[in-house]
Amino acid sequence: MDLDALTGCLASPACLVTQTTSGLIIGMLLFLVAVGLTLIFGVLKVVNFSHGAFYMFGAYFAMTAYQLSDSFALAMLCAAAGTAILGLVFERVFMSRVYGADVLMQLLVCYAFVLIFDDVVRMVWGPEFKSMGMPAAFQVMPLFIAGGVVPPYYLLLIGVALAMALLLGLGLARTQLGKVIRAAAHNPAMVSALGINTGLIYGGVFALGGMLAGLAGALAAPVRSLTPGMGFSVLIESFIVTVIGGMGSILGALIGALLIGLIRSFGSLGFPLFTEGLMYLFMVVVLVARPSGLFGKEVA
Amino acid sequence: MTELQAARAGGALGVPRMETMSRRTLYLDMLIALAAFVVLAILPMVFGSKALLDFVIRCSAFGLFATSLNLLVGYSGMISFGHGMFFGLGAYGFGLLMQRTGVSIPVAFVATLLITAVIAAVIGAICVRLKAIYFAFVTLAFQMLIHSTILSWASLTGGDQGLRGGIPRPVFLGIDLSNHHHLYVVSCALLVLGLLLMRQIAQSPFGYTLRMIRDNASRASFLGIDVWRARFTIFVLAALFAATGGIVMALFVSGAYPEFAYWTISGEGIFINMLGGVTTFLGPMVGTVLLLTLNDTVTRLTEYYGIVLGVVILFFAIGLRKGLMDFAVEWYTQRRTQAGERE
Repeated sequence: MDLDALTGCLASPACLVTQTTSGLIIGMLLFLVAVGLTLIFGVLKVVNFSHGAFYMFGAYFAMTAYQLSDSFALAMLCAAAGTAILGLVFERVFMSRVYGADVLMQLLVCYAFVLIFDDVVRMVWGPEFKSMGMPAAFQVMPLFIAGGVVPPYYLLLIGVALAMALLLGLGLARTQLGKVIRAAAHNPAMVSALGINTGLIYGGVFALGGMLAGLAGALAAPVRSLTPGMGFSVLIESFIVTVIGGMGSILGALIGALLIGLIRSFGSLGFPLFTEGLMYLFMVVVLVARPSGLFGKEVA
Repeated sequence: MTELQAARAGGALGVPRMETMSRRTLYLDMLIALAAFVVLAILPMVFGSKALLDFVIRCSAFGLFATSLNLLVGYSGMISFGHGMFFGLGAYGFGLLMQRTGVSIPVAFVATLLITAVIAAVIGAICVRLKAIYFAFVTLAFQMLIHSTILSWASLTGGDQGLRGGIPRPVFLGIDLSNHHHLYVVSCALLVLGLLLMRQIAQSPFGYTLRMIRDNASRASFLGIDVWRARFTIFVLAALFAATGGIVMALFVSGAYPEFAYWTISGEGIFINMLGGVTTFLGPMVGTVLLLTLNDTVTRLTEYYGIVLGVVILFFAIGLRKGLMDFAVEWYTQRRTQAGERE
């Protein structure tokens, strides 16, 4: 424990800015993964235990596309498109077969794919740590805000994630398609009886969730190292986020992700060895106080 | 009698007829357990191979773990994805007690179970009121918490290196666990005893109460059963048997490693249950033997173990949609009813 470092940081604006931005980065990446998880759960009522794999594939797709084309924008596009297609195929071919089955079956199918996807990545890209490197466009001087260092890439990352949050929130609340998706979450039989292809909606939502996780992976690729199995720790953390925020709530995912991000970045100063423990502790406190999460409805 | 009726008869009131029935099954179970133990004890005299003995010891460790998980998954409908933490706690608790305190093996054994019970009670108190998927993931989160604690508390646990330097195994009651044959017999005894105890829990009125809670928790609660307390009790009991499995494992490898507390152990436990089937008591045991055989064969043949295992899981989850023992039992009863119709 190193509480002096923590209080010292809280007193200095430079350190405050640096730690807050690094917390925001962690939070935003987590949000993109968690929002897909929460969306899939809200509409399909399944927990996609293999969601971390989409994050992993997003990162690897982005790395390969970047190496081939040298364009970061194209790399992000490839990662998003690739993981969206993967999500659609995965849902239509495998997950759709276990909707009626109990939770155990759904977990098992996902568990099988966690194992398979990790090995596929190991086969294609190799078992060693990889790094994509910072795109040339962002290899510039960092910004200094109140003495704190903020790399411009971080701003892009936060901007993209916030834009996604806004698009999703508005899209679900205001558009025709958003209404159909919300209706399908509420009563799929009725929606189907009204002549809407719910299978397509389900596949689409899964693809959307996969794409968001893939995008998170692509955004994380320049700043994190890539390894088979990288998805799993992200999955656990984003699950903690959804538990804290409340399953099925997009706003909850955003708030939960930001809280976890800040806990991680400031916690690593005060409790360097117990940063992860802090997250779990926070989750436990929330669960004891509000079992359905901060923004969740009644636990089903 | 359906399970629900049986539970109602036995759970809250304790009708005498239930007790004579369960006493008769107790004698039968004890007889079967004794026979199984004798067969296992004779085994090394028939086949002298060390690999076979190793295999049986590993089966004991994982069998205890998987069967205890089935008490939660199959009998109580509590899908724990973090049950492996108690396996890891058993291994680390026992290893640390033996290395640091120098107490005798039985004392360390009991102390480890006590420690596990306390930790399981704390975790259970938080988890058991959560439903289905929340329960699965919060137990998983606790598993990861314990795993990361083991990794970061290096001064106590040896961090990612695990407990090295071997676990001292002083002789007690004439039993020397550093002797491979002695270790084998003790592992078998622990397995058979553990299974017998778990079987008694499953067949007791309490076991039928758990089945009723699994099938309809609100009805159980209307009948005056304290659902939370029943779930909590079985959570702690199952943790004790999982820890026993961990102790066997620690004795076998003479150490403890962070992988014992990693989430994949829980995943494998769930998979073992799936593979063997959750509706019969011995299903997880069958699953354990199947998985370990599969494990040994596949790792010898390919380095891409995950793909093979994943495909096998998919075959069971999407293809068969049930475990091997479930499948066999269903097939058998179907054939019997067909034969009955023909007569």
